Amino acid sequence: MNKFFIVLGHTYWTRLKSKAFMITTAILLLLVLAVANVDSIIKMFDSDLEGKEVLVINEAPTIYSELSTNLSSNPTIKLVEYEKGLAEGKAAVEKDEYAALLLLEEDIHALPQVKYYAKSIATDTTQNTLESNLKEIKDRLLIESAGVDEAVLLALNEPVHIEKHALDKTSKTDEELDIARAIVYVMIFVLYMAILIYGQMIATDIATEKSSRVMEVLISSASPVTHMFAKIIGIALLGMTQVALIIIAGIALIIPRLKGIDSAFLQEIGIGGVSPFLFLYGLLFFLLGYLLYATIAAMFGSLVSRVEDLQQLLMPMFILIIIAFFIAMFGLNLPEAKIITISSFIPFFSPMIMFLRIGMLEVPLWEVVISIAILVITIIILGVLGARIYRGGVLMYGPSRSLKDIKNAFSLSKKE
Amino acid sequence: MGLKLNKISKDFGKFTAVHPLTLDVPTQEMYGFLGGNGAGKTTTFRMILGLIDSTSGTITWKGKSLNHQTSHLIGYLPEERGLYPNLKVKEQLTYLGRLRGMSKQNAENEINKWLNKFEIPQYLNKKVEELSKGNQQKIQFISSVLHDPELLILDEPFSGLDPLNIEMLKKAIYNLKTSGTTIIFSSHQMSHVEEMCENLCILQKGRAVVQGNLADIKRAYGKKNLVIHANANLNYLEKFPGVVTYKPLRNGCELQIENEDISKQIFSSLSSEQFIRKFELEEPTLNDIFIEKVGAHYE
Repeated sequence: MNKFFIVLGHTYWTRLKSKAFMITTAILLLLVLAVANVDSIIKMFDSDLEGKEVLVINEAPTIYSELSTNLSSNPTIKLVEYEKGLAEGKAAVEKDEYAALLLLEEDIHALPQVKYYAKSIATDTTQNTLESNLKEIKDRLLIESAGVDEAVLLALNEPVHIEKHALDKTSKTDEELDIARAIVYVMIFVLYMAILIYGQMIATDIATEKSSRVMEVLISSASPVTHMFAKIIGIALLGMTQVALIIIAGIALIIPRLKGIDSAFLQEIGIGGVSPFLFLYGLLFFLLGYLLYATIAAMFGSLVSRVEDLQQLLMPMFILIIIAFFIAMFGLNLPEAKIITISSFIPFFSPMIMFLRIGMLEVPLWEVVISIAILVITIIILGVLGARIYRGGVLMYGPSRSLKDIKNAFSLSKKE
Repeated sequence: MGLKLNKISKDFGKFTAVHPLTLDVPTQEMYGFLGGNGAGKTTTFRMILGLIDSTSGTITWKGKSLNHQTSHLIGYLPEERGLYPNLKVKEQLTYLGRLRGMSKQNAENEINKWLNKFEIPQYLNKKVEELSKGNQQKIQFISSVLHDPELLILDEPFSGLDPLNIEMLKKAIYNLKTSGTTIIFSSHQMSHVEEMCENLCILQKGRAVVQGNLADIKRAYGKKNLVIHANANLNYLEKFPGVVTYKPLRNGCELQIENEDISKQIFSSLSSEQFIRKFELEEPTLNDIFIEKVGAHYE
């Protein structure tokens, strides 16, 4: 057991002190900083919010006054009445003095007839805003001329309100579902990233030790199984350190900014409505999912003799985790689909999918227990299998690209 | 009661890497392991270290079987250099020492002692990849003896070293032996084994073709080498009865003969008018024995 901690400590500290780790962590922290200050960054780059000035040649005063009242609350567009002719107006737009030119006229029914000139009409939000506002004015003018009551008009614009009632008492309310969806999404994404990053790290670490042949010295000192699991746990601790740093930084950056926002709002978006069990389940499935994939990564890492060959061998693992991710994304909108139910029992998918179901639906406890049991058993089987393949694999050199190597590694470590 | 290998063998599928091999290495002994490439030396070492299990047979050290709990008793220098290229010498050796059951403080003291012994204390905080091949090999050697093992296994310890460093390493190995370490080492260089080991074993395709005390092996081999330097034409000796091989030299010839008596016959056959500058009867070298024993099985 003592050797386990020596390997674990070594794995943890050498990685932690490495430049690569410090740089990645620094970049991630910068990213958190950027996200926390996203509004000011957008303001810095986006002049759109300053408001675009649109020239209007006003040939229809009634429509114009309505339009300018409508737009007065909209900060992105500022109308400027233009006295000179069309040609000068176009020239001004071309010189970038104004965003666009609007020629506003009335047709014979006193409805708006409009020409719009801008340097480019490809993706123009200004144009869209103007169009929808003018449509509103046109509708109102038409309805008025038809003599429809103001009250009817108001009612016409009102959407149908559907009050949702779940008959199942324990079923989740709308808001609960939204919060759960957010938490599930975050957890799935974090698990996905963690497996990609730290799985890769474990496999690379082992492959490097093998290719530098230090492995032979190591496993003559400590048993390969000890070595493998010390590596897995060591990298896990490293990952936790990294994530903890980011979370602490995130909280430290965000909390001072929350003071201005009132607490009712916080309550609404916050964690208040979610049962603490969801977080516990999240943690449990996260750890199990990590262990499962980390064991596979360690196994593959032990099979290659050069780090360059690693990617090829890790491919199936990455494909599995990508499939799991896409099923989970699909499940966020359709948690009751059959495929979600089935895949929540398949060990490679269940860390994400079963957690998704727990978050979004009412899953009977026995289903959760069965799913976790299958997962744990798979991890144990893979652990035993992985340890044996590892034991043989670390002594095998030569080109390793095929699954046949697993068989070879297995027979190399055979006890007779 | 040293290292005992009792009929150990190893199969890889249908291929037998090591045929049943019995070895007895007394303590404080230096034992030589010879063999061509793929003869089974490394496989045998790996079985002794417990890296792989033997298909049959038992291995004991002082009567007890070896496993990871006894790893502090054993030192191992693998054939290929096995070090972390981007770790500093100190971190590296401390880690490997601790894995062999040393305390951190103890490991650091021993590291300084050994680096001084090899006259490279300035490399303490250098990364291994920055060192020359020879110095890397010294670090590798230190990693195998740092924890003062009872049994030391050296797989090709002299590869990549210049003659000065070889002498330095030989001295260190001798000192370890004198202070009580049992040492097994393999080499392609016959002269090293001849010089350092009392007992040896030559492996050929997983079988021990020669095994035992070096002096006994040479005596049993019988054949001797004869070197003659003379001005006369010595070509007739190629057909001389009892001559096994004939190799002309610039100023004479070198012969391998079946036994000592042949040399007397050759001596009397040389005409008395001829001037003979050298007539020397030599013991066979290990190289001769190796080439014949291994070559005979080399199909």
